[in-house]
Amino acid sequence: MNAPVDYLLHLADNALILGQRNAEWCGHGPILEEDIALSNNSLDLIGQARLLYQHAAEQMGQGATEDTLAYFRDVPDFRNYTLCELPHMPLMAATSAGDRDFAMTIVRNFLYSSLMVLVWDQLQNSKDAQLAAIAAKSLKEVRYHLRHSRDWLVRLGDGSEVSHAKAQAALDQLLPYTQEFWTTSPQESAALANGTGIDMAALQSDWNQIVDEALQEATLQRPAAGGFVPTGKQGIHSEHLGFVLAEMQSLARQHPGATW
Amino acid sequence: MTATLTRAEQAWQLLEGLSDPEIPVITLRELGILRDVREGAQGLEVVITPTYSGCPAMGQIEDDVKAALATAGLQASVVTQLAPAWTTDWMTDAARDKLRAYGIAPPHACASASTGSANVVQFAARGAKAEVVHCPQCGSANTTETSHFGSTACKALYRCLDCMEPFDYFKPY
Repeated sequence: MNAPVDYLLHLADNALILGQRNAEWCGHGPILEEDIALSNNSLDLIGQARLLYQHAAEQMGQGATEDTLAYFRDVPDFRNYTLCELPHMPLMAATSAGDRDFAMTIVRNFLYSSLMVLVWDQLQNSKDAQLAAIAAKSLKEVRYHLRHSRDWLVRLGDGSEVSHAKAQAALDQLLPYTQEFWTTSPQESAALANGTGIDMAALQSDWNQIVDEALQEATLQRPAAGGFVPTGKQGIHSEHLGFVLAEMQSLARQHPGATW
Repeated sequence: MTATLTRAEQAWQLLEGLSDPEIPVITLRELGILRDVREGAQGLEVVITPTYSGCPAMGQIEDDVKAALATAGLQASVVTQLAPAWTTDWMTDAARDKLRAYGIAPPHACASASTGSANVVQFAARGAKAEVVHCPQCGSANTTETSHFGSTACKALYRCLDCMEPFDYFKPY
């Protein structure tokens, strides 16, 4: 039994796009240890994405490979959560630019990792044996990502006035994007129906518990979620994904088939 | 049976001594990366399993395996198998001793190996006593973690508060 290709791409795109985003810190980390930590985090995520793309490509045939999936698809073909593609900086208008904000990075990694420890744990029981095997590996890795981001969330939230304000602002901005976790996309319904996927809504109370415990320890206030529900996993993205893809894909598109 | 070695046995002998590209004091077999050598439909197959999903050494390991077999004129395909997921618990005591002698604190037993979300969500709160990692240089238990992540995905950075040496800790996986 194989999981639907779009479902594998959803999981893979989440990992690849967040991995690419976090890799922006490589060489620019606030301290050396964080530079290394975030690069390692990206390495794990991109590794997970590769395994999922390889699995999807085998089913797709017609010359599909992990590279065609990562480098030769465009924005509407990507199935990642909108949360994963947002820049590391507070919302800004139009073409204005800002510095990367470490609190945004940490809060996003925390919200995503809190979800993925639950998702990978459940997917170990997927009827898609290869997906179950990827889940078992990814779970071990995302536990370290959660530990890292949670530790920093508490240090920032329960830190100085400035770090608390930045962590709270990042949470206020990012938490509403997590509403997308609980809506159901066609690929998730298809995967659930054939026993290869999981019921995301059933994870919500466990996720809330992980998040609320950490926020309490971090002395942060959970903002009300509501309003706009993002639709990245259905291919309708924010304006930011195109810029991520432009940077990530340009080399492969200029030199198709190039090898190291 | 027969005095001559089968191709698979010969391949095992050739691969036995192959070391990890990142940590050359331990072999691929001791690390648990080298899983099996078997006769497949297409000829000899060497089964390896990745450590971390994104470990960049896997390509090198595949090349090393093929090169080692080629010295004896053996050709094999290298098959990557994900299940059962690699774990540091497969590391032998002898391998752990070699790591320690090399300056890397060996991994603790993988307490988190059991499944279930109840296990997943437990994390040491700030200030709680973390697991003790002994300094591979002086053996002291008086050590502290500098960073969860180190020079490779599989290691964390520690330092010893007695002999003041920094060192790597091979994380449980």
